[in-house]
Amino acid sequence: MNAIEVHGLVKRFGDKTVVDHVSMSVAEGEIAGFLGPNGSGKTTTIRVMCGLLTPDEGEGRVLGHDIRTDGQRIKREVGYMTQRFSFYEDLSIEENLTFVARLYDLDPVSAVVRDTLEDLGLFSRRRQLAGTLSGGWKQRLALAACIMHKPKLLLLDEPTAGVDPKARREFWDEIHMRASAGLTVLVSTHYMDEAERCHRIHYISYGKLLASGTVPEVIRDAALTTFVLEGGRITEAARMLQGMEGVDQVAPFGLTLHVVGQDRATLAAAIAKVAETTGVAYREGATSLEDVFIQFMGKSTDNMS
Amino acid sequence: MSSIFSFRRLMAIIAKESIQMRRDRITFAMMLGVPLMQLVLFGFAINNDPKGLPAALVTTSQDHYTRAMVSAMENTGYYRFDHVVASAEEADRLIQSGVVSFVVTVPSDFARRVERGDHPQILIEADATDPSVASGAISTLGTVAAQALLREQSAEALAARQSTAALEVVVHQLYNPEGITQYNIVPGLLGVILQLTMVMMTSMALTRETERGTMENLLAMPASPLEIMLGKVLPFLVVGGVQVVVVLVAAKSLFGVPFVGSLWLLLISILIFVLALVLLGYAFSTLARTQMQAMQLTFFFFLPSLLLSGFMFPFRGMPGWAQTLGEIFPLTHFLRIIRAVMLKGADLQGVATPLAALLVFVAVYMLLALMRFRRTLD
Repeated sequence: MNAIEVHGLVKRFGDKTVVDHVSMSVAEGEIAGFLGPNGSGKTTTIRVMCGLLTPDEGEGRVLGHDIRTDGQRIKREVGYMTQRFSFYEDLSIEENLTFVARLYDLDPVSAVVRDTLEDLGLFSRRRQLAGTLSGGWKQRLALAACIMHKPKLLLLDEPTAGVDPKARREFWDEIHMRASAGLTVLVSTHYMDEAERCHRIHYISYGKLLASGTVPEVIRDAALTTFVLEGGRITEAARMLQGMEGVDQVAPFGLTLHVVGQDRATLAAAIAKVAETTGVAYREGATSLEDVFIQFMGKSTDNMS
Repeated sequence: MSSIFSFRRLMAIIAKESIQMRRDRITFAMMLGVPLMQLVLFGFAINNDPKGLPAALVTTSQDHYTRAMVSAMENTGYYRFDHVVASAEEADRLIQSGVVSFVVTVPSDFARRVERGDHPQILIEADATDPSVASGAISTLGTVAAQALLREQSAEALAARQSTAALEVVVHQLYNPEGITQYNIVPGLLGVILQLTMVMMTSMALTRETERGTMENLLAMPASPLEIMLGKVLPFLVVGGVQVVVVLVAAKSLFGVPFVGSLWLLLISILIFVLALVLLGYAFSTLARTQMQAMQLTFFFFLPSLLLSGFMFPFRGMPGWAQTLGEIFPLTHFLRIIRAVMLKGADLQGVATPLAALLVFVAVYMLLALMRFRRTLD
């Protein structure tokens, strides 16, 4: 059984279609990455999945419960971490966790809270008001609160936004540890390195799901060609390549230049021409996930305007 | 374990709300300090039967009839003759500018007419822009002036004969024979103070969660609308309870308001009233999207209920439609109960109707709030 199984989800706000026929599935024990630019509908999709929003069309099951009718059961079994910190800033870490533990009817409350505090290294700060915590600690508190009731599925909405690299690393280690123990995780993110830490990724843009699969699958399915240019008058080459037929992206990487295009033949012809004038050397390189995403972003049309 | 209601979840919310209430020190201090301040301020300030009002006397002669009239009027306590002027123009200026509330004009031929028995007249002009200022002072006037004159003419016997011949009307002012405004105002103030703080505080209950972004999380956790509602309003019953104690003790010790009825009946009525208020506030918070809107809703409700409930102006003095409108405010019914119990010693039967009305409000507000509560973010 898949932890998440949704078909044809549509959510409109007024006349804007924020989620446009999204179907996806996440297997149990999997870490699924949910990617897409700002305002692409990631948050809305996650909210529909955990019963906070009712879809206008489509159906789905989360942990076997219908998302339309069984919202209350889903809430009980899912841990949802909101994008914006949404615990009580005028309560201490311990008070926040106690509140959550009681709402989930965890027993005995004080022992569960104490275990969670120790488990996530929050014990020494337990009396600190949540409002005075830095971004990393707030995120840790939020994570603690949403895994305390031992959910089978975690829905994390941009959990690492505004968190320093070390805290991000620790956060991901924590997630992987829990996934290996059987927890299913759906995590939305902007960061490519985080996407590559996921078992499978789902790319959504302007409400439409554009790609799903493992990282190599997504890269392969995008069918892009990438050339790496170096040496010679490389800045001039970059300027010339902009806007040439067959060239979709020109991006400098240190001393090299990555040039990406969809059609191999026209791209190769354009590069050969530029190489001749500017004297740069070129070879075919591996397409990265980032190249694929930037390609997606450029292609998808803005339905908001 | 039910998903609709769990006592433990309710207690979790109550505990959380209580901590938040305690941490917000300024609001907390205001909830307890404001009632006391308002009670003292309004209790001493408001007076429906104003006395010692400034008056001007226009007279050219200083005969003993005029002096007797003036001193008789001053003895009623309503008039204070600060100004004695010679011309009507000067008096007009005084009353127009609001320096005096009354102008009493004694014509120059007054004494002569009195002695001749030729229909003596005096003119009293009252500034009736505020009718309540003038009414008490004027109502006492006719008999006072007439008797003063008769006495001055050494005609007490005549006066006595005249009054026995005429129809005698006996008036008993029940429950508040001295007509002390405070007896009416102070119990009413309890209702007004409770209404303001209870409705306003609870109207922020949900909008604050929405504005701070904690609503999404609260909704994502297994708390039912009933638990959230009760968890958010019940802590205010305690605050209301403290306010009640403060106001009742002050009513007794500071203002000496008589308390002839049953304390228990009054406390139960107050409990139902406060419950209606906090649920109303909570219902507002399900309607409003921001704290600002909640505040506006509260005030939109507050003013008409203050003016139409019979707190400031006599309820029976309003036209029929306004009385009907007044019935939709819990304060109207509460005022009837508290005045009946405290001043008139009414028993349960005596206040059954307004008490039942308050219970209806509790049920209606609760249903409204539960129906309006959005369980999703749609």
